[in-house]
Amino acid sequence: MQRVPQTVTEKILAAHAGKEYVEPGELISAKVDVLLGNDITAPLAIREFERVGVPIFDPAAVVMVPDHFTPNKDIKSAEQAKVMREFARRHDLPNYFEVGRMGIEHCLLPEQGLVGPGDVIIGADSHTCTYGALGAFATGVGSTDLAAAMALGETWFKVPESLKFVYTGEPGPWVGGKDLILHTIGKIGVEGALYCAMEFCGPVIEKLSMDGRFTMCNMAVEAGAKNGIIAADDKTESYARDRARRPYRVFASDPDANYKKVYEFDVSNLEPCVAFPHLPDNVRPVSKAGNIEIDQVVVGSCTNGRMDDLRLAALVLSGRKVHRSVRMIVIPGTQEIYRQALKEGLIETFVAAGAVFSTPTCGPCLGGHMGILAKGERAVSTTNRNFVGRMGHPESEVYLANPAVAAASAIMGRIASPEEVS
Amino acid sequence: MNEGNVFKFGDNVDTDLIIPARYLNTSDPAELALHCMEDADPTFAGRVQPGDVIVAGANFGCGSSREHAPVAIKAAGVACVVAGSFARIFYRNAFNIGLPILECSEAESIPPGSRVRIELDTGRISVAGTGQEYQARPIPPFMQAIIAAGGLIPYVAARLKK
Repeated sequence: MQRVPQTVTEKILAAHAGKEYVEPGELISAKVDVLLGNDITAPLAIREFERVGVPIFDPAAVVMVPDHFTPNKDIKSAEQAKVMREFARRHDLPNYFEVGRMGIEHCLLPEQGLVGPGDVIIGADSHTCTYGALGAFATGVGSTDLAAAMALGETWFKVPESLKFVYTGEPGPWVGGKDLILHTIGKIGVEGALYCAMEFCGPVIEKLSMDGRFTMCNMAVEAGAKNGIIAADDKTESYARDRARRPYRVFASDPDANYKKVYEFDVSNLEPCVAFPHLPDNVRPVSKAGNIEIDQVVVGSCTNGRMDDLRLAALVLSGRKVHRSVRMIVIPGTQEIYRQALKEGLIETFVAAGAVFSTPTCGPCLGGHMGILAKGERAVSTTNRNFVGRMGHPESEVYLANPAVAAASAIMGRIASPEEVS
Repeated sequence: MNEGNVFKFGDNVDTDLIIPARYLNTSDPAELALHCMEDADPTFAGRVQPGDVIVAGANFGCGSSREHAPVAIKAAGVACVVAGSFARIFYRNAFNIGLPILECSEAESIPPGSRVRIELDTGRISVAGTGQEYQARPIPPFMQAIIAAGGLIPYVAARLKK
């Protein structure tokens, strides 16, 4: 048989569809290794699932994390979280993570080894694409798709066309995964990868830490992509090896695989990037931000709530104070990250600087709780979306940036480069 | 076939505009409907009538995977969303919960307030009074059956009972 060159995304999907190969546009039914729901999306999925009236295909494959409006922000949220908690107890789900033992889902699942290279993962949360950083196929779905897959253990996909992004050059100091992905979205636009796989590679990606890779894949959905992916390498394996709870499989793209388009970015002169309101593609270099005074800074989320991110923010903040007109809120991604930050003295740095240090929650990122903006207020945030009303009042504004820019801005009281304070 | 008034929106209508996250502490469709499109047009939920149609630009429904977005639109009485293109999670969610959607970028020129007639089986969109017609890709019979059943789960449940 003639060999068909395949991208990493196509290989993973083919392996889960029981096929030799798949082609872009082909509709397949694929086995799913892990399914995810949270306190907003799971209650809807549970309602639908119970209408079908069948058992869960594999309770260990279903992960449920109360992270969005938890610790419960109000009575209605408490009721939603309770629906999920009771379902998890009723079905004996081993991977339900209670408040105090949880984390922001997309920080938690890789850390706990619940997802690994070569997996197919669906989650009723759009940032499920984060796990692509492990060399997995991971994509967001709605609650009904989650419900159907909980019953069947499989779901249908249209095989996406792949876009290849090659990063070369020596990026400047303070430039990380967040800047690479914001720069990319700024170039291709919020629908630049609609329905496609975004495959990130090149020497800059090889040098990027796992935390930086999670940040990049996390925001693939902000360009409309179905998934973001970085083929697993030594770095991925050394991350996954001790964590993996199941055997994993490493796939790589064939050198002659077909791409819809190949983008090459020389990032030698790239500065930290800031996405201005109200779309993630409205990107400027931080030196061109102008004088934008701010009221709040958020460091955290499934995009930038990992150890690298907290260390970077603490490095910039160390020995300095948060500006008197700014509220700074720092949110670790998981309980484990919280404890590590405690051990390393980062929490001391944040609190001494006058920042808030919270328990893990998605909270302010989606305007849920723990830092809602009033009318006319502005925030610099390490999160992923700056849509109208995303963090609160429809007339508030969110500027997306990396943790170093966020910390520098907290000190200066306006959007600032870490160069200005170091 | 359906006839209703057109509400117009632009490109990149995100799920936070369709149903802001501050209302996601419930999944009750009637309650979600009260806040549908609130941050794009606060008067929408009060004005929309059963059978009305949303016409928008490219990348409708981008952002979060919240199924509450198509649920809110459907519960508000909207009979169909016509857009230049849809974000992929929204596209799937809409059919899964039984909200008809059509892709047709030419239809973006329909003025707000127009009265349009929509046929899902042919994909034809006709503007009343002007004779103007637009052609979207028709919705295949099995997808229409999912919509008629009220979504994927009731469709599957009904099929399993047969």
